[in-house]
Amino acid sequence: MNSLFEYVLRLGDDSLIVGHRLSEWCGHGPILEEDIAMTNLSLDFVGQATALYEYASEVEGKGRSADDLAFLRFDREYKNLILLEQPNGDFGMTMMRQFLFDAYRKPLFERLINSTDATISAIAAKSLKETKYHLKHSSEWIIRLGDGTEESHNRVQESLDTLWRYTSELFFEDDVDQELTLSGVIPSMEGIKEEWSAYVNKVLDLATLTIPTNNWEYEGGRLGMHSEHLGYILAELQYMQRAYPGMEW
Amino acid sequence: MVTEKDIWGYLEDVFDPEVPVLTVVDLGIVQKVSVENSRVHITITPTYSGCPAMQRIEDDIIEKLKEECDLEVKVDLVLSPAWTTDWISEEGKQKLREYGIAPPEDEADKSVLFAEQTIVPCPKCNCKDTKMISQFGSTACKAHYQCNVCLEPFDYFKCLR
Repeated sequence: MNSLFEYVLRLGDDSLIVGHRLSEWCGHGPILEEDIAMTNLSLDFVGQATALYEYASEVEGKGRSADDLAFLRFDREYKNLILLEQPNGDFGMTMMRQFLFDAYRKPLFERLINSTDATISAIAAKSLKETKYHLKHSSEWIIRLGDGTEESHNRVQESLDTLWRYTSELFFEDDVDQELTLSGVIPSMEGIKEEWSAYVNKVLDLATLTIPTNNWEYEGGRLGMHSEHLGYILAELQYMQRAYPGMEW
Repeated sequence: MVTEKDIWGYLEDVFDPEVPVLTVVDLGIVQKVSVENSRVHITITPTYSGCPAMQRIEDDIIEKLKEECDLEVKVDLVLSPAWTTDWISEEGKQKLREYGIAPPEDEADKSVLFAEQTIVPCPKCNCKDTKMISQFGSTACKAHYQCNVCLEPFDYFKCLR
């Protein structure tokens, strides 16, 4: 297995899948400003995915293009976090998913800037600037909804209860990570997990939300084992390329 | 003989399609221009990862240079060093203000969560009493603000560092 290809693909798939989920809000946002915000976020993520897939394609060197990677793989070949393929639910659920992910992406990109791999470092430096805005946005909504009305508090607490089980996967590490950590391409997850926990706890505390005590954990996305939701995403995402192979517009 | 200086001059006529008062030079996205044996090589960098204007900007640069000189033009997109709003020229910031867009003031991190919000003066009345309506505005690079005094809603070109 080509560890570098595998790792870049994991990062790219995270960006594509969460970007796609956010794009589903286009025209459906609770208010115009948030409709625009979520499509802006989506644009950043799809842009990051493009850069990452282009690099993955180069690293793989088998003639598969960035588009081939985005549109022509089967579900087991996608390596995104299970958290990101979870359905949008209500606005609070989407913001909770975003918050848990943004809080992980920021410390990750801060460290990937120091990667011994120049392209990963460049993509991280570019993406970090956007991620700071993403995290500020999602954190503020978590506080506003959690510390808001009884209704908003209960709903966003329910979202946290639903999504918490997917957060252990953020810190998943296998042979791929170990090999790349040794060569200085990626950082160890250790420091990232601590920073994530401290930040998440701080915000949830301000939001008067409680971390669920049920510690059932779901993992597998990094190895291609997904929840049922990914299949439905891909059915929509890949439809045009599957129906009209090679089409461009 | 076309020089690099000439090329920079021609680029002063290529505008950002989404903020049409700024040229690509004002915006600071042109990283390098080189002329060698009747070939021009230009390197540009995107403002945001998903900026949909980049392809259009690339095409516009090529079209403009075709008009001005008979040279082969190549435009490359690079990610590093990552673009920052610090590269917007002073002239560019002034043009933004006149166009009704507040230029970048301070980065996201400085106003993270609970600290004081960045003060963004209203581009119409210059008053500092303004409020953020949304962090994400009409394009990826802008936020949406409103002036509390003259009530003008306006775009703010977000600081990116």
